[in-house]
Amino acid sequence: MSKPESRVLTFREALREAMVEEMERDPSIVLMGEEVGEYNGAYKVSEGMLARFGETRVLDTPIAEAGFAGVGIGAAMVGLRPIVEFMTWNFSLVAYDQLVNNAAKLRYMTNGQFKLPIVFRGPGGSAHALGAQHSQAVESLYAHIPGLKVVVPSIPADGKGLLKSAIRDDNPVCFMESETMYALKGEVPDGEHVLPLGVADVKRAGRDVTLVTWGKMVHASLTAAGTLAGDGVEVEVLDLRTIRPLDTEAILQSVRRTHRLVIVQEGWPFAGVAAEVIAVVTAEAFDELDAPPVRVTNLDVPMPYATNLEQLVVPSAERVGAAVRTMLGLVAPPAAKAG
Amino acid sequence: MDAALVLDLYRQMALCRRFEEAAARAYQQGKIRGFLHLYIGQEAVAVGAISAAAPTDYIVSTYREHAHYLARTGDARAAMAELFGKATGCVGGRGGSMHLFDASQRFLGGWAIVGGHVPIAARVAFASKYRGEPDVTLCFFGDGSANQGAFHEGLALASLWRLPVVFICENNMYAMGTPLYRTLSVQDVSVRAKGYPMESEIVNGDDVLEMREAVRHALDRVRKTNEPFFLEAKTYRFRGHSMSDPAKYRTREEVEEWMQRDPLSILAQRIETLGIATPEQLAQIDTDMKAVVQDAVEFAESSAVPAPDTVLDHVEA
Repeated sequence: MSKPESRVLTFREALREAMVEEMERDPSIVLMGEEVGEYNGAYKVSEGMLARFGETRVLDTPIAEAGFAGVGIGAAMVGLRPIVEFMTWNFSLVAYDQLVNNAAKLRYMTNGQFKLPIVFRGPGGSAHALGAQHSQAVESLYAHIPGLKVVVPSIPADGKGLLKSAIRDDNPVCFMESETMYALKGEVPDGEHVLPLGVADVKRAGRDVTLVTWGKMVHASLTAAGTLAGDGVEVEVLDLRTIRPLDTEAILQSVRRTHRLVIVQEGWPFAGVAAEVIAVVTAEAFDELDAPPVRVTNLDVPMPYATNLEQLVVPSAERVGAAVRTMLGLVAPPAAKAG
Repeated sequence: MDAALVLDLYRQMALCRRFEEAAARAYQQGKIRGFLHLYIGQEAVAVGAISAAAPTDYIVSTYREHAHYLARTGDARAAMAELFGKATGCVGGRGGSMHLFDASQRFLGGWAIVGGHVPIAARVAFASKYRGEPDVTLCFFGDGSANQGAFHEGLALASLWRLPVVFICENNMYAMGTPLYRTLSVQDVSVRAKGYPMESEIVNGDDVLEMREAVRHALDRVRKTNEPFFLEAKTYRFRGHSMSDPAKYRTREEVEEWMQRDPLSILAQRIETLGIATPEQLAQIDTDMKAVVQDAVEFAESSAVPAPDTVLDHVEA
């Protein structure tokens, strides 16, 4: 089978292509958010889209997240398919009520009378010294809520394919990108490229340990896997791509082969996605495990500004590697201390 | 006119200006990271307003708060060290440019979600009133806040509960990269005050003496009426929204026109006209402030980064 033709795109180009193609296909799709139009996007994801689609379909909003998220939800209730850009997911917390109380609940509490085809998207997580209020990975906050789907892509091709699915989905989808990955380049297949939500992807195959991760942490995990391979440890990196719905079958399949599980998650450990993955695996495949599952997460603190502290807080390839080595008994566990 | 006071206002504005010019250079050298939002062009607002307040009045500000911090504390070393992410910074390198605080001087931030701090200011004022203390809270925010729910809720509560706050809108005509006429349904933000209701006034935010007088009046009214007051300062930021914003949404002519109204030049001209000081004396003040800032930069550079084993400190009391 020949490989499909592809091009190298940046993450932001891939996301833009998804939005542009879908908007060309379906006139009910509109894009709104802070600086998405005349400024061409705070991070240039929507560059050129105002010129292409005009201001009735690409709307600059005031700084009023609760307001424009709510406007999007209302529009979706009656037939439009809005894409709502948050300048960062940190600002989505201003609209948390709209997403959690309104978007997530609508279909259920109306006995299915309404569908809510809306995408909330933007960058999240830490992005180098942005401080406590601008560095939060919020996927665990949203994945907790029934009625919301949560997607966190790690490479441009996945970004494009998953965003197209998210736009076509009849449910509210929280689509989380990263400021630090917008310039990341990758092969993106030519032509129609749509990836289903809820399907994980093996980014690197391995037999010894399963690393379950997503988004930016896929890259830290792949770096760690490369280093570990030098020591003869073959790590499998399973990119969830979609947090909710969770591809439990892919996780279980991998763990049944490797018998060891490490979850790498940006964001806080307490009641986070990593804990959910461990719950699934221990409930469904407890006998398969040769070691207790381990989480590598942010330290349990608000993000400090100082770079040396921030680097301690966010999972690094080194921390991932150390967790794997410790699990395999290749090194003694670190003495109890911060980190 | 009190010559010493006027010269002090000039000195403070020059400190803010030189501080931020140095910060911009350090940012370009990678010594300051993250977001850096400069206040250059708006100095008369913070300096004029805070000079009118009592030292016991509370200050609550935004992520564009270097000048408010300097006007309240005068501590260029602690501010610069914070921007450099050093242990000697005013919050130990935890906050950075957007989160300057000094509890001892009643400088209460340093908040980086647009509008989110407006109810906080109302609540600080609530505490003053609850304890029967005379202190007023000065709450600074930009025109971009005026569409946020938290802004409206904060003002609504302040009015309902008659809380001692002076709300100071720094209207620099742009909410990040969007001009006001495309982001606000009214021309003057102060129109919004009428509905809560509260007394309001529009002031030229480029004239530090006008600004000081307006805030003095506002503080008087708050102390007399026990009700909040809304002040809208018309001003302009000479730089982009942040260091990463090239500000292509403004014409060069527009920026140059506003730079004719540089608050430092306006005050310098008045000082010379009134014979308070000569251009040479003002130049000396400027030189002195450059030295203060240079000292702050050296202090920041030579300070240690926060100790790694403190990273878990202060999550809870």
